Amino acid sequence: MKNMINIFEVNETNNMVEHENLDVRTITIGISLLECIDSNLEKLNENIYTRITTVAKDLDRVAAEIEAEYGIPIVNRRIAVTPIALVGGAACKTTEDFVTIAKTLDRAANDVGANLIGGYSALVSKGMMRADELLIRSIPQALCSTERVCSSVNLASTKTGINMDAVRLMGEILLAVAEESKDRDSVDCMKLVVFCNAPDDNPFMAGAFHGVTEADAVINVGVSGPGVVKVALEKVRGKSFEVLCETIKKTAFKVTRVGQLVAQEASRRLGIPFGIIDLSLAPTPAIGDSVADILCEIGLEYVGAPGTTAALAMLNDQVKKGGVMASSYVGGLSGAFIPVSEDQGMIDAVQAGAITLEKLEAMTCVCSVGLDMIAIPGDTPATTISGIIADEMALGMVNQKTTAARLIPVIGKGVGDTVEFGGLFGYAPIMPVNSYSCADFVNRKGRIPAPIHSFKN
Amino acid sequence: MENTVDKIIITVVGKDTVGIIARVCTYLYENGVNVLDISQTIVSGYFNMMMIVDMSKAQKSFLDCQKELDALGEDIGVSIKCQKAEIFEKMHRI
Repeated sequence: MKNMINIFEVNETNNMVEHENLDVRTITIGISLLECIDSNLEKLNENIYTRITTVAKDLDRVAAEIEAEYGIPIVNRRIAVTPIALVGGAACKTTEDFVTIAKTLDRAANDVGANLIGGYSALVSKGMMRADELLIRSIPQALCSTERVCSSVNLASTKTGINMDAVRLMGEILLAVAEESKDRDSVDCMKLVVFCNAPDDNPFMAGAFHGVTEADAVINVGVSGPGVVKVALEKVRGKSFEVLCETIKKTAFKVTRVGQLVAQEASRRLGIPFGIIDLSLAPTPAIGDSVADILCEIGLEYVGAPGTTAALAMLNDQVKKGGVMASSYVGGLSGAFIPVSEDQGMIDAVQAGAITLEKLEAMTCVCSVGLDMIAIPGDTPATTISGIIADEMALGMVNQKTTAARLIPVIGKGVGDTVEFGGLFGYAPIMPVNSYSCADFVNRKGRIPAPIHSFKN
Repeated sequence: MENTVDKIIITVVGKDTVGIIARVCTYLYENGVNVLDISQTIVSGYFNMMMIVDMSKAQKSFLDCQKELDALGEDIGVSIKCQKAEIFEKMHRI
C-alpha cells in the first residue's frame, strides 16, 4: 500500500471531471480504405461500408466501458478514413459518383455509433489530380446530403508552396456549401476545413483523415481540459511567469495522462495499435470550458487586447511541454484551439469589440490551428474568402506549422447578426471582413512556390 | 504499480449522517468485496471517504456493483463513485 494514492489526489481528479469540465474529447479510429479500391463504384461503396463497420464495430461499446470504469467522460467517438479522392479516383467519373461515397461513409458512421467521420478529403498542396478536383466540386452536395461526414482539403505545405488554383476554387466551394445550407444559417460550412501542412494523424474534426503514411488502422485520442488549466491558474494570480508556466505544465501533464490511459485501454480492447495523443486545449461553449478564459486569467481584460499573442504563445508552449512528458507519442494538432463560436470567452470578446479577424490571424501564428469557426457576412466575395485562406496558408507555409481555416459565410446575414450552430458548436456573432478587394491577386493562375527555408536537403 | 490494476477506488461524498460507513461496508461484505484501506474526513460538514477495495472475488461484475452502489448512495443521500484506481495512479504518479 506504500505510495498508494490518497484521498486528496482522488478528490482533485474527480473535481476536475465534475466541476472543471475535464474530459477526453475524442477517441478517433483511423481506418485505411486503400484496400477497398475498385473501379466498380457499387463494389467500392460496398467495400467501404464493410471495412468501416468491421473495424469500428466495437468503438461505441469500448468507449462506454472505459467511461464507466474510470469515471472519465469520452465526449466523441469518431472515425477518420483515407482521403476519399485517393480511394474513389478509380471509380468516380462525376461529382455525383463521389457523393455516393459520402453517403456510404455517413451510413457506416451512423451504424457503428460514431458522431462524425472525417476524410472526405483531397491533398492538393502542389497540384490537383482529376479525382481531387471532382471530389472538391462534390463537397457542397456531399456535405448537404449527409449528417456526419466531414471534409478537408490540404491546399499548401512548407515543402510545396501554396496551390493558388485550389485556394481560388475553395473560396467558391465554401460559398456553394453556404448557399446549399442557407436555410440553416449555412451551418454545413462547419464540416469543411482547409489546411496548410495537414497532419496525417489528427483526431479532431472537421480536419481528421487517415493519412497514407499510416498503418491499416490506428487509435488516436484527443484530450481537452481548458477548465482545469483555468482553475489551476486562479490559484497563482499575480505570481511570476515561472510559477505560471510551471502550473500550466503540471496541469497539462495530468490531463494528458488521462488521455494516454484511455488511448492505451481503447487500443488494447479494440485490438488496434495506439497512434498518438493530441494534447490540445479544446474549448466548448460550456461555461468554464474556455481557452479565452485562460488568457483572461493570465491577465487580459478580453482576448484581443495587446499581449494576447504573447500570452497565447506561452500557453501553447507550456501545454506541449507538460504534455509530451505524459505520453509516449504526441501528434495531431497539439496546442491550444481558438475557435470563436465554440468558446464563450471568445464570443464575449467579439461582442465587446475586443477582437478582430486580423488579431485572430496573428494568434494563429503561435497556436495549434487557425481561423476556426468564424462566421463572416454571407455577401463576402469568393475571392475575398480565398484571400483570407491564402493569408492563413502563407503563415503555415513560412512558419513550418499546421494552419487551417474554417470560415462560415452566413448567407443572408451580416455584421451585427448572430448565428446558432447548436450543441457543442455554440453560436457566433458575425465578424466584419476587410472590404477591399484582392480579386486580381487571387485570380492569377498557378501556385506560390515553396519558401527558401524549405530546401533543407 | 503492477498490483494496482485490479484495485478499485470507492469515493463517498455528501452530507454527514449516521451509518454511512456501515451501510457501504455491509454492501461490500455481502458482495464479496474486500476493503484494503479506508480514509475519511469531514470537510465543512460534508462527509468525504475514500476506500481502496479489491473486487477480484466479488460475486457481481464491476459495472453491476457500480450501479448498485450508485443506487445505495441515492438511498443514503450521498454520492458514491466507483472507479478503477489506475486513472488516479496515472494522473498523480510519474
